[in-house]
Amino acid sequence: MRLLLREALLSFRRAPLLSGLSVTTIAFSLFTVGLFALIAVNLRQALQGLEERVEIVGFVLRGTPPETITLASQDIAAFPEVQDVQYVTEDHALERARQELVEFRDAYRDLQVNPLPASLEIRLKDGYRNAGAVESVAERLRGFSFVDDVRYGRDWIQRLDRLRNLTGIVGLVVGLAFASVAVVIIGVTIRLTILQRAREISIMRLVGATNNFIRGPFLLEGALKGLLGGLLSLVLCYAGYRLFQGSGTASLSGLVFFGPNLMLLLVLFGVLIGLGGSLVSVGRHLRNV
Amino acid sequence: MIRFHNVFKSFPNGALALKDVSFHVSKSEYVFLTGHSGAGKSTILKLLFGEQRPSQGDVRVSGFSVSELRRHEVPKLRRRLGVVFQDFRLLEDRTAAENVAFALEVTGARRDTIPARTMRVLTQVGLAAKSRAYPRELSGGEQQRVAIARALVNDPSILLADEPTGNLDERATRGVFQLLREINAGGTVVVMATHDLDLVRQVNYRNIELREGAIAYDSSVDDARATGTR
Repeated sequence: MRLLLREALLSFRRAPLLSGLSVTTIAFSLFTVGLFALIAVNLRQALQGLEERVEIVGFVLRGTPPETITLASQDIAAFPEVQDVQYVTEDHALERARQELVEFRDAYRDLQVNPLPASLEIRLKDGYRNAGAVESVAERLRGFSFVDDVRYGRDWIQRLDRLRNLTGIVGLVVGLAFASVAVVIIGVTIRLTILQRAREISIMRLVGATNNFIRGPFLLEGALKGLLGGLLSLVLCYAGYRLFQGSGTASLSGLVFFGPNLMLLLVLFGVLIGLGGSLVSVGRHLRNV
Repeated sequence: MIRFHNVFKSFPNGALALKDVSFHVSKSEYVFLTGHSGAGKSTILKLLFGEQRPSQGDVRVSGFSVSELRRHEVPKLRRRLGVVFQDFRLLEDRTAAENVAFALEVTGARRDTIPARTMRVLTQVGLAAKSRAYPRELSGGEQQRVAIARALVNDPSILLADEPTGNLDERATRGVFQLLREINAGGTVVVMATHDLDLVRQVNYRNIELREGAIAYDSSVDDARATGTR
């Protein structure tokens, strides 16, 4: 193991320029992937904000006893899709209308009879805020005899669904494309390192080194370069994030950066790419000599 | 130790490097391979250390059949052999001792034995005092001695030398040749490809002369035959 580490580190010392180039290539390739991931994360964040506004409102028939509604609320809250149920009484509805609809405040003040019905406002759990789940919950809600009408903004929920699917597909395709380009570039860089050390490899073979022994230091070297490249790309991504965030544009001030898991994933991706690129390049070289 | 039996070697472009080559090398022999460039000397050596496979026929070295050798068995064969080349093939960024130790490290020798074994062979080739020198700080003859030390450090039973004196001046040639003779005297088979006929004439060792891929003359066979007919 000591020999493996020594040989791997020695290559950094022997060819600092090429090693630096490899690390920088990995870093910039991952930076591109990282920037895209950052956009995806923020887009997802924005979608989540929209999703949280998905709500189903069941209007209650006038005269329904509150106990019936309370009991039904408990049943509805037990639906697997439902996060919470809020019972809005007729008075509460009027109070809210007075506060929110300022232009009608006078009209509401002079009312003799409250025209607003009581309602149940249902919010769904994360993962169920799509057209299918909303439709299903709305259907079950209609089954309650005291429910007069159910509203949930069918059109915009469907549009949200389409947006979500589109973002997912575009994210996957573009992300894979960036990652593939990164893998190819990194493979080429590592191949350069191997060609530079072809003489050493031929001597190793001559004195009886096994292919596994020859591979070892290259794999470790590739993984180390991937690790350094991954860390550097993270720094670059953070710099890019700060640049956008501090650009003074109000809509960009709410940008979020990767959480610890995503940061780890990006670095791990670098390590894997370094390892994979080395494995392919050394394997090809050893097959050909 | 070595047996070539009706060996042919052709290349993908159709060129025939060896034509029906058969010979046998016994324990402790010193054998010269001579002939013009392209006669097949290096091909024989490459077949011996598993760098190439025969197209036809059988090559046996130290108990291995090169014709049937699987890829993962090549390192095992090479650990029983020592190989030196005209261009030394040393790692420029490692000292003489590190170059020699490298051959032990890659074969998984015990770490604590490496320094002593390295110094033993460097002493044997007369370079103990220059163990910390880099190849560029050594003369051609000294570099070849380091290469020989590296070839010897795993105690091979066969030493293959491809034009080992080809890049050396006369004095260095004499020194390296003397060293190879001493190694042979210790019981190691030495197979040496060379252009230097003066060297061949100096000693009464076996000489296999190749011409266009075939054996034109084998002193052990032809001289015995000549003696028999006299």
